[in-house]
Amino acid sequence: MAALEKHSPARNGFDTDELARIRADFPGLDQAVHGKPLVYLDNAASAQKPRAVIERLSTFYGHDYANVHRGVHTLSQRATEAYEGARESVRRFLNAPTGEEIIFTKNATEAINLVASCFREGVLEAGDEIVSSLLEHHSNIVPWQLAAERTGARVLPVPIDDNGEFLLDRYRELLGPKTRLVAVTHVSNAIGTVTPIAEIIRLAHEQGVPVLVDGSQAAPHMAIDVQALDADFYVFTGHKVFGPSGIGVLFGKREWLDRLPPYQGGGDMIERVSFAGTTFAKPPHKFEAGTPPIAQAVGLGAAIDYVNGIGMARVAAHEAMLLAYATERLSAINSLEIVGRASRKAAILSFNLMGVHAHDVGTIVDHSGVAIRVGHHCAQPLMDHFDVASTARASFAFYNSREDVDALADSLKSVQEIFGR
Amino acid sequence: MSDDLRELYQEVILDHSRDPRNFRELPDCVHTAHGENPLCGDRLDIYLTLDGDGKITDAAFKGRGCAISMASASMMTEIIRGLDMEKAKALFERFHDLVMGSGEADISLDEDDLDKLQVLAGVRQFPMRVKCATLAWHTMNAALEGDAVASTE
Repeated sequence: MAALEKHSPARNGFDTDELARIRADFPGLDQAVHGKPLVYLDNAASAQKPRAVIERLSTFYGHDYANVHRGVHTLSQRATEAYEGARESVRRFLNAPTGEEIIFTKNATEAINLVASCFREGVLEAGDEIVSSLLEHHSNIVPWQLAAERTGARVLPVPIDDNGEFLLDRYRELLGPKTRLVAVTHVSNAIGTVTPIAEIIRLAHEQGVPVLVDGSQAAPHMAIDVQALDADFYVFTGHKVFGPSGIGVLFGKREWLDRLPPYQGGGDMIERVSFAGTTFAKPPHKFEAGTPPIAQAVGLGAAIDYVNGIGMARVAAHEAMLLAYATERLSAINSLEIVGRASRKAAILSFNLMGVHAHDVGTIVDHSGVAIRVGHHCAQPLMDHFDVASTARASFAFYNSREDVDALADSLKSVQEIFGR
Repeated sequence: MSDDLRELYQEVILDHSRDPRNFRELPDCVHTAHGENPLCGDRLDIYLTLDGDGKITDAAFKGRGCAISMASASMMTEIIRGLDMEKAKALFERFHDLVMGSGEADISLDEDDLDKLQVLAGVRQFPMRVKCATLAWHTMNAALEGDAVASTE
């Protein structure tokens, strides 16, 4: 027992020196805001970038840049190798079987829209059902509503309980002969719930229904294995995993990518074009019309290499420590209510101070250098479930420290001073 | 605490936000509009009654939002009651300039009314919060114009 206690989550993060080294890799963290050291706790919105990514972009643009795929000259070859090399990094990151199943998009939203736009007449008919959940970001709701509007299908949300747990029993009831697709998140962006995604996929597959997983909030926090999950589609975005903005990823099982029609027409996605008719390239190029976000993909590859250098298991352990400590510190604050207490959570902590609107909280803690997100987090159905208009959300990355948590807790005291509570 | 924060969260503003005035519906009123700030989800409804000469005889609101938007709405309902509707619109312009820190609207207004609104000028230092302060005013303007919905976007 004594040995176990020593390794309790509260002590299982990086040691001081290692954390200092990691933080030194992120130039954005080293600055003052309103005269106070920046405490960056808005990682679920977007993460800071390591020097490895910033320098990779600079080297790529300064040395290896040209358009990809068609050029026979040296720079085009270098750029193509870098771009396709990034695809291989992403493949390994997700443990996808092949690189052909990795499609670059501009973000996770586009990746979902890509799949949703392919679920049209012929695949989706009037009366068909798409199962989603109350935990979803708007980006995993609205594309399906649009698909449903086009076809006469319906989107059915799986409810959650008061802790923010995905209700598997209710999900089972919603799965039926009319279900054509399940689109659910791996981790809630607003309250951190980790959904039982393996079980969700298993149950859907029992009914022969494919599953799209929104992994935007999982990818920064945990190792992902799309083969172990048996996910049909898995999406995430580059800028939340310490890469550039403007790059997202869609993993799709080859059988699906062969079946689905092209997303956009243009260069690079064709095999042969004539006015009599056009044949399309094979995946992934079938879904990557036009000049892709080349440098952004290369930067994402560098980000993944950087994170792998630390190791996702150690990232997860450090963040589990941060979440436990933050939950403990914030729970001790009078009149603070944590929104979302699922048994498994990523390092995302949503809360409200009684009688104080989240926007006021956000403005006031910013003056202590603490960056958090306030609002509905693009998850209004979830906010409605908890009967709140908004929450304040602290979201952590592996470069955050216990001192960051302390700074957040202290800054919340100044909110209470101003509002006299 | 910084001076900017102190100026933003003055006691008058906190008082109005804790205890908003005219926080009720006006049943059967003709001039009403719904305002929403889609970025933060703040929403409110403005209710106005006008007499035959276009004078605002009563003003009220309901809704939820941050301290700035609630205080701004509460103070607005107090100030525009009794104003001619053209004056209320002109005051909106002046208020807009006040919180944006820009321009000058060219119409004579009661300086007392403007003075009362001066407490919200601190929002100038917080560009992300200006829309919190102006939501109620946009919505009031929409109600007078006969638009059902106002948005800060």
